[in-house]
Amino acid sequence: MCLGVPAQIVEIVDPEQALAIGQSGGIQRQFSLALIQSQGLDLKSLIGTWVIVHVGFAMAVIDEAQALDDLALLASMQEEADDA
Amino acid sequence: MREFRDAARVQALIQKIAPLADELAAAFGRPIQIMEVCGGHTHAIFRYGFAQLLPHSIEFIHGPGCPVCVLPVKVIDEAIAISAKADTILTTFGDPMRVPGTSQSLLQAKAHGADIRVVYSPLDALTIATKNPHKQVVFLAIGFDTTMPSTALTLTTAKAQGINNFSVLCHHIRLMPTLEALLAGGDIQLDGFIGPGHVSMVIGTDAYQPVAKVHHKPLVVAGFEPVDFLLALYQLLIQLKEGRCETENAYARVVNHRGNLTALAAMDSVFDYGEDCQWRGLGWVENSGVRIKPDFSAFDASKHFSPSAEPGIQQEPCYCQQVLKGQRKPNQCPLFAKHCKPEHPLGALMVSSEGACAAYYQYLPDKETGIHG
Ligand code: SF4
Repeated sequence: MCLGVPAQIVEIVDPEQALAIGQSGGIQRQFSLALIQSQGLDLKSLIGTWVIVHVGFAMAVIDEAQALDDLALLASMQEEADDA
Repeated sequence: MREFRDAARVQALIQKIAPLADELAAAFGRPIQIMEVCGGHTHAIFRYGFAQLLPHSIEFIHGPGCPVCVLPVKVIDEAIAISAKADTILTTFGDPMRVPGTSQSLLQAKAHGADIRVVYSPLDALTIATKNPHKQVVFLAIGFDTTMPSTALTLTTAKAQGINNFSVLCHHIRLMPTLEALLAGGDIQLDGFIGPGHVSMVIGTDAYQPVAKVHHKPLVVAGFEPVDFLLALYQLLIQLKEGRCETENAYARVVNHRGNLTALAAMDSVFDYGEDCQWRGLGWVENSGVRIKPDFSAFDASKHFSPSAEPGIQQEPCYCQQVLKGQRKPNQCPLFAKHCKPEHPLGALMVSSEGACAAYYQYLPDKETGIHG
């Protein structure tokens, strides 16, 4: 029930209500950015960002640099495993 | 994020995990027992076949993290009673629709003519309210801390827009008090926890400090892709090997240590905490519930519709409680797959796809007949 799906923000449809459209697995969906909005942030700057969406709300921004770090760590582990 | 499903990475991790788990189990003289707190992880363990891919030296104890599975009979009865009122629309997520109540489920009540609608988001319930100004629209809100901010923000929006035909029947459950109650009960043997990824993006990893500091169990937060889960499991085993007991985060691309501060603030402005609540299979859990603040009482369905005084009859088989607490495996329940199936659930653990019994049923075919899900 707590599952969230990754989606990429493609358009801000209602800046007042912080509503955006995002793309997730080929499906377009509307969701609210109100819970990841910090004061003074221009919502447009979030276009292209990946977020986790849960019951119609973006709940977290996916940190792509962190994702790449994790993958690099995994790659080094994989090499170790291959060497072993 | 396809990389986190990559088969080669999964294989590499399993190759690392298997010898480590065997070594630890040999040292402990028994299999290592890991609780995955979240129902989403329970589902993932079966879906990705980890139950078969990982060695027998690791045993998973399926945790209480399925808000549908712990929803009391009384809540379903209450929601059905509300939906039976004139000019009332009851809305909720799809998940609780099949949970058995005392005499029927929400789905059955709907088939009998009640206006019950499934929504994807609480905001959709609010939209139904604005489109039906002459009806009362009630949203049955369930879920852990992951879902609470959404309910909170919907209530704030309803108040700001002066929508006066919308209210929330609030049955959210907080994860940390539930986990602490489980640990304090002391009746399960556990070596460590795989922490729930999406609850954690809201509450942050710092919230788990008591698990390590007070109860001396390691916990590693995991995401939901196969590689995420295995990486967390590997980190957990390393902690056990090194005799450490810390809160770690194997899902840092989504989760940080403080949580989502905007979401937490939204919750704090709408909910009061500290409510002792009774849950299916778990019994009374101190502090686990939330109440809608008096400021928002106009939107609190429990204030408008006095719930029936009769407590729902807890007709659930006793085995469910043992499975929910990890004391019995689903297929050790004598009713499993015989009298209790997803089409005829006797207990809520068979209802939600995240329930341990439903996951067993769907993914572990019966050895003799080879059938099931
Ligand atoms: S199989 Fe059914 S009755 Fe048995 S524990 Fe699971 S949900 Fe309860």
